[in-house]
Amino acid sequence: MKTITAPYKIKGGVHPAYRKELAREQAIRTMPVPSLLRVSMAQHLGAPAKPLVKKGDTVLRGQRIGEPAGFISASVHASVSGTVKAVGPAPTASGAMAMAVDIEPDGNDTWLEQLTPQPNWSALDAKTLTGIVAEAGVAGMGGAGFPTNVKLSPPPDKPIDTLIVNGAECEPYLTADERLMRERPEQVWTGIAILRHILGAKIVRVAIEDNKPDAIRAMKKAMADAEGDVALVVLPASYPQGAEKQQIYGITGRETPSGGLPMDVGCLVENVGTCLAVQDAVVNGRPLTERVTTVTGDPVAEPGNVLNRIGTPYADLIAFCGGLRGSVAKVISGGPMMGFAQGSLDGATAKTTSGLLALAPGQAPVYESLACISCGRCVQACPMGLLPCELSQALEAEDYDLADAFHVMDCIECGCCAYVCPARRPLVQHMRTGKARIALKRREAMQKK
Amino acid sequence: MTTSDDKTTLYTVSSSPHAHSGASAACLMFDVIVALMPALLAAVYFFGFDAIRLVAVCVASCVGAEALCRKAMGRPVKTALVDLSAVVTGLLLAFNLPPSLPSWMAVLGSVFAIGIAKQAFGGLGYNPFNPALAGRAFLLISFTGRMTAWHAARLPERWSFGGLTADALTGATPLGMVKEAVRAGDPLPVAMDGATTVRFLLGDMGGCIGEVSALALIVGGLYLLYRRCITWHVPVCYLGTAAVFSAIHWMVDPAAAMPPHFHLLTGGLMLGAWFMATDMVTTPVTTRGLIVFGIGCGVLTMTIRIVAGGIYPEGVSFAILLMNAITPLINRATRPRLFGQRRKA
Ligand code: SF4
Ligand code: SF4
Repeated sequence: MKTITAPYKIKGGVHPAYRKELAREQAIRTMPVPSLLRVSMAQHLGAPAKPLVKKGDTVLRGQRIGEPAGFISASVHASVSGTVKAVGPAPTASGAMAMAVDIEPDGNDTWLEQLTPQPNWSALDAKTLTGIVAEAGVAGMGGAGFPTNVKLSPPPDKPIDTLIVNGAECEPYLTADERLMRERPEQVWTGIAILRHILGAKIVRVAIEDNKPDAIRAMKKAMADAEGDVALVVLPASYPQGAEKQQIYGITGRETPSGGLPMDVGCLVENVGTCLAVQDAVVNGRPLTERVTTVTGDPVAEPGNVLNRIGTPYADLIAFCGGLRGSVAKVISGGPMMGFAQGSLDGATAKTTSGLLALAPGQAPVYESLACISCGRCVQACPMGLLPCELSQALEAEDYDLADAFHVMDCIECGCCAYVCPARRPLVQHMRTGKARIALKRREAMQKK
Repeated sequence: MTTSDDKTTLYTVSSSPHAHSGASAACLMFDVIVALMPALLAAVYFFGFDAIRLVAVCVASCVGAEALCRKAMGRPVKTALVDLSAVVTGLLLAFNLPPSLPSWMAVLGSVFAIGIAKQAFGGLGYNPFNPALAGRAFLLISFTGRMTAWHAARLPERWSFGGLTADALTGATPLGMVKEAVRAGDPLPVAMDGATTVRFLLGDMGGCIGEVSALALIVGGLYLLYRRCITWHVPVCYLGTAAVFSAIHWMVDPAAAMPPHFHLLTGGLMLGAWFMATDMVTTPVTTRGLIVFGIGCGVLTMTIRIVAGGIYPEGVSFAILLMNAITPLINRATRPRLFGQRRKA
């Protein structure tokens, strides 16, 4: 095991106020099970799961209540034992509608012992282990929610030699991953070792930003005896160090091709929370039913890192943290750079809910957008090498073909451009709309063929 | 189950990011105004009341023209005024005028700068040409005589320092005098010895009110760099190219050419390189584009100054305006490489 600094410098990026001090010294607290859980079928990237239960059914904790619907999809499990109160559409964090299962807990929290714990996992083959990960419904917990088992099954012509563990947590305010690394470094490392075993990856890199010295120390200790080409990579603190393609480049110098996936350059990136979920699934036989969410922001009375059941309503989560003080302008699922603004506290946590952030009115002003003054700051800030100013103008003019030619589909929606824009143009909003329209167009074109 | 339609929205819903650096167009413009203050002080010092008169007239008529145009076009007036860009245009236009220019001409120039060069194109952000330079070019073409009449700076005796007082030099611009001499085949009228260099650096010479003091302009430019309003690319490439160009000319033809520091310190070069060629709206957005822009300005300026016949001794304004015109092309040619797109083997 060695410690290195990131050998390659990523392009662009910004330095937003980190505000991690609100929650970083708060140890993970376990929240009691709320009176009702709403478990969404769309907690991962890809097709939403298909509900397997109906109103009135009784379920046990860890029981599968949603089955994957397609290759890129994931299982969903009941996060508590109890009775199904309703099955129906509900908005997800991003505002899209998806089926959700409301469960009223029975107070016993009985597990369905379905998966066999495998403390001697190293004796198992990759296929069996990947099967366990799939059974447990593990999906990327950093935010995107890519089903982990899909990532672990690359086609034979795309061998993966490098496993990167993302502990950058570059989103301001969020500290859940940092707490996991500080409090449970051994389990995180076991999860990493399992992933490494599955992939047969020669190189393992655990990436942490240099503003988390305690997490670096804890992980170093946990990894001390690791054999082979294992390194802890200290990244310079800047946003978006945690973006997948940027992180791969910063560590390996490999550029994921435009439109491609990390496996195209022999890499796989998993977030530390996901590694922990893999460990829990394999070693303890526990499907993914809970996660740590950072509940933070100045209006939150007692910010902290909360271990909550998946499907916990935001209102209960906030109440557990002492409620909100003063006036609140925005509530965001996730962090301030890429999170989704919520109109109310009616939503519930999902596998991807890394944070719940409340902002006071002064911290979330509504800006009037002006004409682009061609200052070029967005161009400097864009980590993908795009010209956000030009794209946004093309998209405002609804010239989707031009925007496509200018590679709007490569935008990772990191928000750096809008963060720096002095004309305060809603650049990311333009990119999102444009990407959705072009994706639709492409799908239509495919269907015609 | 409830859906989002039948519940009240308590909090603002908008697209990410939910954080902003705080930068605004008005902040940037305010910094430019601050950065122009040393040069304004120098202008008042060297040209007295005329400097105050021209600055007041230009700023007032630019702001007035901006308000009237917005009103006439039925667009919001307030948003256009609070960005302070009209104030900047007024200051820069005034800085580009000779001290003796009548006020009514300054008003005309301001109206052209704001009304035609800026608002007719749609306002801040849509204008292809630097409005202040467009205003100056308009005046130069319309009133060539008045725009090139340099009266002796009204340096009151008591303001003189270090033995430097107004003399024959301030009656014309150094660039103009050199040009005249070269055309007439006379020996060069200005010797760039140490004392003259210091005088030129401070701004003790004839010229437009805001362009004379290279020192004040450099101080302001460094402030802009420090505040990250501009990057180093344009000023360094512009001044560097001009220096190299004139150095070559000087080495080839020392009898008829002035040394590089003469060219850097005289005329509108400092004002142009720090404040006109760095105008965000009319210059490229890419880093490589800014380098091309700076070099292009340098080459064109020196070409006009040295090569193009003795019609007009100064080249900065037209060089920058020409480069403004090809800025869209420069942007297109200097796109950054897309992440993940391999360089063609
Ligand atoms: S254009 Fe997309 S990738 Fe580039 S900075 Fe903006 S959001 Fe990020
Ligand atoms: S940052 Fe905003 S104003 Fe500046 S070039 Fe980009 S879009 Fe235009």
